[in-house]
Amino acid sequence: MSLVEVTDLTVGFGPLSAVDGLSFRLEKGAALGLVGESGSGKSTVASALLGLHRGTGAVVGGAVRVAGTDVQRASDDELRRLRGGKAAMVFQDPLSSLDPYYAVGDQIAEVYRVHVKASRRAARARAVEVLDRVGIPDAARRARSRPHEFSGGMRQRALIAMALACEPDLLIADEPTTALDVTVQAQILDLLHTLREETGMGLLLVTHDVGVAAGSVDEILVMRHGRAVEHGPVASVLGAPGETYTQELLGAVPRVDASRESDGGVSDEVVLEAVELRREFGHGKRQFAAVDDVSLAIHRGETLGIVGESGSGKTTLGRMLVGLLEPTTGAVRYEGRAQSGVSPSVQMVFQDPVSSLNPRRSVGESIADPLRARGERDEGRIRGRVRELLERVGLEAAHYDRYPHEFSGGQRQRVGIARALAAEPRVIVCDEPVSALDVTTQAQVVALLGDLQRELGLALVFVAHDLAVVRQVSDRVAVMRRGRIVEYGPADEVYESPQDPYTKQLLAAVPALDPEVAARRRTARRELTAA
Amino acid sequence: MNGFGGFVLRRAIGTVVTLFAISVIIYLVFYATPGNVAQITCGPRCSPVQVHQVAQQLHLDDPLYVRYWHFLQGIVVGQDYSTGTSVQHCSAPCLGLSYQTDQQVTQLILTKLPVSLSLVFGAMVLWLVLGVGTGVLSAWRRGRLSERMLTGITLAGVATPVFVIGLVLMIVVCGQLQLLPFPQYVDFTDDPEQWAWNLLLPWFSLALIEAAAFARLTRASMLETLAEDHIRTFRAYGVGERSIIGRHALRGAFAPVIALNANNVGSAVGGAVLTETLFGLPGIGQELVHAVNVVDLPVVVGMVLVIGFFVVLANAVADVLYAVADRRVVLV
Amino acid sequence: MSEALVASRAPGTDTSVPGVSGARQFWRRLRAQRAALVAAGIVALLVLVALAAPLLTAIEGQDPTTYHPSLIDSARGGVPVGSLGGIGGDHWLGVEPQTGRDLFARLAYGARVSLGVALAATLVQVFIGVVVGVAAALGNRWVDQLLSRATDIIVAMPLMIMSLALLAIVPSSFPRPVLVALVIGLIAWGNIAKIVRAQTLTLKELDYVSAARLSGWGAWRIARRELLPGLAAPVITYSALLVPQNISVEAALSFLGVGVKPPTPSWGQMLTAADVWYQAAPQYLLLPAGALFVTVLALTVLGDGVRTALDPRAASRLRVGTGRRREAMADAGASAGATTADAGAGTVHASSGTVHASSGSADASTGSADASATKEAKA
Repeated sequence: MSLVEVTDLTVGFGPLSAVDGLSFRLEKGAALGLVGESGSGKSTVASALLGLHRGTGAVVGGAVRVAGTDVQRASDDELRRLRGGKAAMVFQDPLSSLDPYYAVGDQIAEVYRVHVKASRRAARARAVEVLDRVGIPDAARRARSRPHEFSGGMRQRALIAMALACEPDLLIADEPTTALDVTVQAQILDLLHTLREETGMGLLLVTHDVGVAAGSVDEILVMRHGRAVEHGPVASVLGAPGETYTQELLGAVPRVDASRESDGGVSDEVVLEAVELRREFGHGKRQFAAVDDVSLAIHRGETLGIVGESGSGKTTLGRMLVGLLEPTTGAVRYEGRAQSGVSPSVQMVFQDPVSSLNPRRSVGESIADPLRARGERDEGRIRGRVRELLERVGLEAAHYDRYPHEFSGGQRQRVGIARALAAEPRVIVCDEPVSALDVTTQAQVVALLGDLQRELGLALVFVAHDLAVVRQVSDRVAVMRRGRIVEYGPADEVYESPQDPYTKQLLAAVPALDPEVAARRRTARRELTAA
Repeated sequence: MNGFGGFVLRRAIGTVVTLFAISVIIYLVFYATPGNVAQITCGPRCSPVQVHQVAQQLHLDDPLYVRYWHFLQGIVVGQDYSTGTSVQHCSAPCLGLSYQTDQQVTQLILTKLPVSLSLVFGAMVLWLVLGVGTGVLSAWRRGRLSERMLTGITLAGVATPVFVIGLVLMIVVCGQLQLLPFPQYVDFTDDPEQWAWNLLLPWFSLALIEAAAFARLTRASMLETLAEDHIRTFRAYGVGERSIIGRHALRGAFAPVIALNANNVGSAVGGAVLTETLFGLPGIGQELVHAVNVVDLPVVVGMVLVIGFFVVLANAVADVLYAVADRRVVLV
Repeated sequence: MSEALVASRAPGTDTSVPGVSGARQFWRRLRAQRAALVAAGIVALLVLVALAAPLLTAIEGQDPTTYHPSLIDSARGGVPVGSLGGIGGDHWLGVEPQTGRDLFARLAYGARVSLGVALAATLVQVFIGVVVGVAAALGNRWVDQLLSRATDIIVAMPLMIMSLALLAIVPSSFPRPVLVALVIGLIAWGNIAKIVRAQTLTLKELDYVSAARLSGWGAWRIARRELLPGLAAPVITYSALLVPQNISVEAALSFLGVGVKPPTPSWGQMLTAADVWYQAAPQYLLLPAGALFVTVLALTVLGDGVRTALDPRAASRLRVGTGRRREAMADAGASAGATTADAGAGTVHASSGTVHASSGSADASTGSADASATKEAKA
């Protein structure tokens, strides 16, 4: 009997069908990756395995058997025994997935006592044991800490510990590393890998990131619109995809080992320059430098990538470059002259497609802002120019009077680009412009930026946490850590022969599409941590 | 815990500053307004000689900050009051002297305080128990008929002014049904049982409206918590509904309930004034209303100061409790 | 599941910020709530009665101040003559004990006072609160400190006590209803200022405000076009809760004899002596009490409805954790992190925002608690 048997599963929320006739099996000890873009229904499947839709009004059809329990027909008690006891789930956001008010150890003990008859003391001891097992240092003491006293990676470890507490047969991980930095992601994935080797539990990994799946599972199931597109062993699905959609999906995934197709349009002329920039936040004892002594030069027509993990100061640097933040010391020079405040010549594209457009104003009005602010009064000319820009970024001129909520994330990002272009800038700083988008949309937006750069001779500063995307678009790269630049040079040099240990660590942590490469990187990481 | 100690210290300093600011505001409002302050302070029946004495007592010829300084000094070290023929010493903390009754305000407040404290604290226990209990119950029964009924009742509770509830309770319980006698305050030290029986109705009058507010808040915060991700985690681990409601959702409502209780101290004091007046309980509130009606300014100012200080202190204590309940506030 | 729920909405509809279709959406959501509709009807009726009080009393042929000694049985201590407290064609709801003044006229004119004072007080509160809150959020550190301290002090002032005392010392020549409205308005603006400050701080960090700065617009235009519209929802929501609260306070002050004074009628004031007469003339107690109850209840229900219509998250509480919140938190965290470059602070900021969402439901109190949380997070 298989560990998981899903037959013709359908899940509907009102008129909307989230999962539409999905079937798959997972054998004991095997690992399956459910891969898909947002809206593909992959997380819904994960919830359905534990019967989490019961009582929510969702309509579930088909059959789901997990570890011998018929999830559809099971009584509430049977279902509760399944949840956490035989199949345990690890969620995406480790901060919100734990109760902020109780000690982590107590929460694990609570779950343990639901499934195992044990005294409070024994349950606590078990909690410490599993926390230690997932690599929390000084577990006995840390068990008494509450979630907010843990870092993101530690929290995710704690959640995995909770999952391990009752020794389940199946671990369901729903985007377990999406909220984490790339180095932490690698640690968590390695941990899952080791645990699976040692305990022999089955793994169902739900992720949007093909790379994350590639290194961690044996089989992959690609989902789209609630249906299975392709299902098979990792090597064959990723190596020789049979379906067009899988091919497109894989084609859109940025590769960390492929350099930019350079077109030689880069000149030596420096447009924007950062000179010994430093920015402090806070007062008194809490004062710290988010950006510390950073100097950079951006040339006409080139793309400079700035890559770093959260807290590296990359966003602060980006905001100083466009003049939204004043540096504490140092200067930003545009064409050799020191800048203070914002300037039409240096514009920005923001990360979050939701908050970067005022929901109360039509997109046309938002795009027209730089024109009007410049003193343009002729309505006809303003509308004409905005229509032109809309078409240039791949939208329709008629979209002028539409409002942001009528657009998808990728379309909004295009609107943001059009607004930046309206100011006729020479430099655009893009702050994580694609991190909120699905890979296929990501690829389209990246392509658009490249086209615009060639056409208009723009200099781009591309701030991102994703090493692969940065490699894909950048001529030169700066790697940031704790407010400083640790490595700075031509993209190929930085990626091919990194000098700084931190850069090496980052590159080793990037998930690879090829399972063999993934295994090699895992070994490399072990060596790096051992060293 | 360093962060916590620092927080408490900062909060304590903030409280002192607030207390000081409130005394300044109250002084400015009552003693620096246009009009004949001495006449108002002394009362309408004062002779010109007495008014002149009061003017001297208030240092009305000095600049404002000197006058305030004397006012503050009077409170902290005490002062002598000359009432025409005799001199009366008012020892610290001296909140002044009523020129209408020749009574020291501090003494007056001390005699009235037990009544008001009995009323407010008794009612507070009642509204917390009733309010939080009802809130938990309606979160537990969410989506069912009983929840809708509870919601309706609490809504009606929120909408009924204290004195309307009080009036209705008094008329129905004491007048029509004659279940209880019309309340008459009995001191706790004299007869605890009578004390409680007589305060029962005032307690309920004051507590019902507050309880309704707490029920709404508790329900709302619990439902909010129930929608959070960590609840989903515990559901996904087979934790039962009883534990989810009683342990996790209720814990999420702690901090808001404490915050509401702090914020409601002020309105509860207002409610206490109404309740005392309505039931004829000889507390601070009733005395204040009386003083306001006969324009006995020293008594009014003294009582406002004392009540203001109590409310500010209660707020400070609640802030610290809030921080304990929601430790994230501190550790940022 | 969360994913699917999100996908079921229009892509990226941020329902917490009422969009352009905001006004239309608002009406649609308000209309969907039956209780709120009934409440709105009652409120409309009350406003109509208040506005048309002179007309209605003219039809009745009475006015609120004329004594009718002939209708009072002084031998029985001032009880109205006739059954049911003197109800009849001349006096639709009977007359007041002891004075014989027409009850219907006093009730109708009382509505003018109650609603008028409450609305005026709310306007004063909202005006001061918005000005102080916005100034604190947009001003520099010292302006913020000063205004926030001042707000804390104002919040700490017990409203009833302060207004009682204040009303005592103002000369009686000052028009009383205006005075009551002013006093309530001047004392109780603290919570709305806190809410506005917190909301402005959130809005200020939104990317579209940064984008407007990059467009080259000045601070004024940005405040007007990008910030103020975002304040409308919380301010309207909170004002809707303030009106019934102010009605209760006015009634309480008048009940204590320091608010609106005779001969001007007010519901609270009518209740002052009502308990003595409840047997002989029950409507003298029941009418003003009932009027107060119905008015405050209707306004509260309407306020709840307005909040639900403006903040659908409140309405969708029962749904099991949607991904939307997580996204919102991530966004908030990202933007907070962007300015402080401290991921830790960012996340906590976001979670305190969630606390706010929950407590925005309740009242004042919670807003303040949250404001203090935000304050801490900022510090």
